[in-house]
Amino acid sequence: MAATVFLLGTVSLLTDVSSEMVAAVLPLYLTAELGLSLIAYGVVDGLYQGVSALVRIFGGYLNDRSNRPKWIAVAGYGVSAVSRIALIPAHGFAAITAVVTADRLGKGFRTAPRDALIADVSEPSVLGRAFGVHRMMDTVGAALGPLVAFGLLLLVPGDYNSVFVASFAFGIVGVAVLVLFVPDRRTAGGGPGLPLRRLFGELTSPRLRRPLLAVGVLGLLTVGDGFLYLSLQHRDDFAARWFPLMYVGTNLVYLLLAIPVGRLADRIGRARVFVGGHVALLAVYLVAAAPSGGLALTLLALGLLGAYYAATDGVLPALISPRVPAAARGSGIAAAQTVVVLARFAMSLAFAVLWQFMGPSAALYLAAVLLVAGIVVGARLLRGVDQAEPVEEAAS
Amino acid sequence: MSLRVKLSVFGVVLVASATGTAAFVVHTRQERERQVAAAPSVPVTDLTLVSQQARIIFRSTAIGDDYGRVAVVPLDDPDGARAFTPARCDRVYSRQGEAVCLYSKAGFVTTYRAEVLDGSWAVRRDLPLSGVPSRTRLSPGGDWVATTTFVAGHAYTSPGEFSTETLVTPLAGGDSLNLEDDFTLLIDGKRNNSQDRNLWGVTFTGDGDQFYATAASGDKTWLVRGSLKTRELVALREDAECPSLSPDGTRIAFKTRNGQAEGQWLIAVYDLATGRSTLLAEKRSVDDQIEWLDDDRVLYGMPRSGNGPSASDVWTVPADGSGSAALFIPDAWSPAVVR
Repeated sequence: MAATVFLLGTVSLLTDVSSEMVAAVLPLYLTAELGLSLIAYGVVDGLYQGVSALVRIFGGYLNDRSNRPKWIAVAGYGVSAVSRIALIPAHGFAAITAVVTADRLGKGFRTAPRDALIADVSEPSVLGRAFGVHRMMDTVGAALGPLVAFGLLLLVPGDYNSVFVASFAFGIVGVAVLVLFVPDRRTAGGGPGLPLRRLFGELTSPRLRRPLLAVGVLGLLTVGDGFLYLSLQHRDDFAARWFPLMYVGTNLVYLLLAIPVGRLADRIGRARVFVGGHVALLAVYLVAAAPSGGLALTLLALGLLGAYYAATDGVLPALISPRVPAAARGSGIAAAQTVVVLARFAMSLAFAVLWQFMGPSAALYLAAVLLVAGIVVGARLLRGVDQAEPVEEAAS
Repeated sequence: MSLRVKLSVFGVVLVASATGTAAFVVHTRQERERQVAAAPSVPVTDLTLVSQQARIIFRSTAIGDDYGRVAVVPLDDPDGARAFTPARCDRVYSRQGEAVCLYSKAGFVTTYRAEVLDGSWAVRRDLPLSGVPSRTRLSPGGDWVATTTFVAGHAYTSPGEFSTETLVTPLAGGDSLNLEDDFTLLIDGKRNNSQDRNLWGVTFTGDGDQFYATAASGDKTWLVRGSLKTRELVALREDAECPSLSPDGTRIAFKTRNGQAEGQWLIAVYDLATGRSTLLAEKRSVDDQIEWLDDDRVLYGMPRSGNGPSASDVWTVPADGSGSAALFIPDAWSPAVVR
């Protein structure tokens, strides 16, 4: 495993500690501390979730265009780190909104160049494991963030500024690791930047068309985990009381499975594991839709959801990057991730309507039936993708 | 740059970040202690004594160890000595003999709780609660309790939108009613089934059946009248949020945008008999569920800008649009008048 993968994992770990610290205290900070109303919180939360998808593809394109993934990533991580310290003077609704937007822009921006770097430094045969290692470290950071934040709030109760300062410190150390130690590789082998037209050609080439379509179809049938948690919560006292713990439980399973599932993907095929992840998701729908639950079933559902993340989040770039020439890798990965985000977003809007009119259980059963069809279609579209020869590196 | 130089630079960044953060935290702690020591200690009185007269129950936001505790002052001496109860709440409401307390427990995972407390502030029962505490009310007869929370789980399904969960629960025990799921909403006589509707801010009448609340759909809000028996909500007036019924049951105080920017509200009073609304004299934006001091005056919380933990005061203004706003209880939030 290339050292760069661990370095990038460390950068992500530190940055995720930094960002999850803030995310964990943000609702309380906005409502209890700044006295912002519910509407304001809703807007900020929506921004938090939505903005990063939009700049992903731009980050990917800029990456391929400039051919300097490291520095594009530095810009993304840097903006996010600086935004934390800006939370201290930011007191009004508009200021907070601007800061949160900057943070998310940074996140969207850095994802594709970082994944392109991981793909670039890793042997194609161990890509699944490489992304697994990275995602595992990333998720460890996400799990530690709230711990650090609330540890600090125990030391200085109610002092959110301390949380922001510490978050900034973690962010800066993360950027320092990236700047100082991650090699400045030219992923396209030092050639000139990629013209937009050729880039578009690559993205719509037959090699990528089928995987992107499959990813889109499966993404369209992915019900947001917010709904799944709510459905579990509806029928289980434990789940109702410990609603936030569900997220932690899922993450824990995800970080435990990220590497083994990545290795499995290298061995038996990334497409197969990616589709298998959606079979786990199907099982989550069925458990969440079942009329009666209990602690064991709730835990089973959370475990399966974690497995779904392990089998899809890191496996997706491992599946896509061998299908794109190095010169267009950032855009290729970004395109796949954007397709997923947009498809899931569309599904969330549609599912909210189903949820309202059919009730949670019936809506989930319907989604399950559709997902069965989606899995069949997705599996067909992805057939042979793993066996296909990786794209030859362009000579220059 | 050689690896050695890089490692040294990294060492410097690491040490600077760690010491900088530690210094900030230590400084904040010291500053906090200094503030607490320097803060004029609020005059404190005996709880049993105050609890025997007409009184106001509120969340005390005076700096010090009792920050966030529920306190009580006599109705006729609101800015005098306060008595502290053992309860700590983000939002509190009370009537004779019982109180409801919403609070968040910050922790590795932040959990939110709602509890019904008895006359001696002991927990009588837990209520379901799934998000950031927002509003709560008890019915005058003591049959029902309403809680509104902000539910984060829904939020990202429709970015830019917020989602509330408002539950009305029988105090004697039994299942909660969910205003979004269990009630039909009629606006201008037409049923509104839109999936983005939200309901919040309940105020109960004394008859054990009717209540008022806020309904929202799209970017509009309405004052609605609800019935627990028929499970129906009927819109009465547009652009009205967080209603509060006057003690004599004839008027409703509410927040209204009144053409202002998002996040800015004036307070107004709606006359149930005539359907007419009167803007009150408070010129600043108010984001609170109003409480009636008596049939002529209302109370509301007002955040006070400043450093340190959030500071707020309770203010009063005449309910007929006359006069001007006046400070009522300093360092207070979430007032409830108990007679």
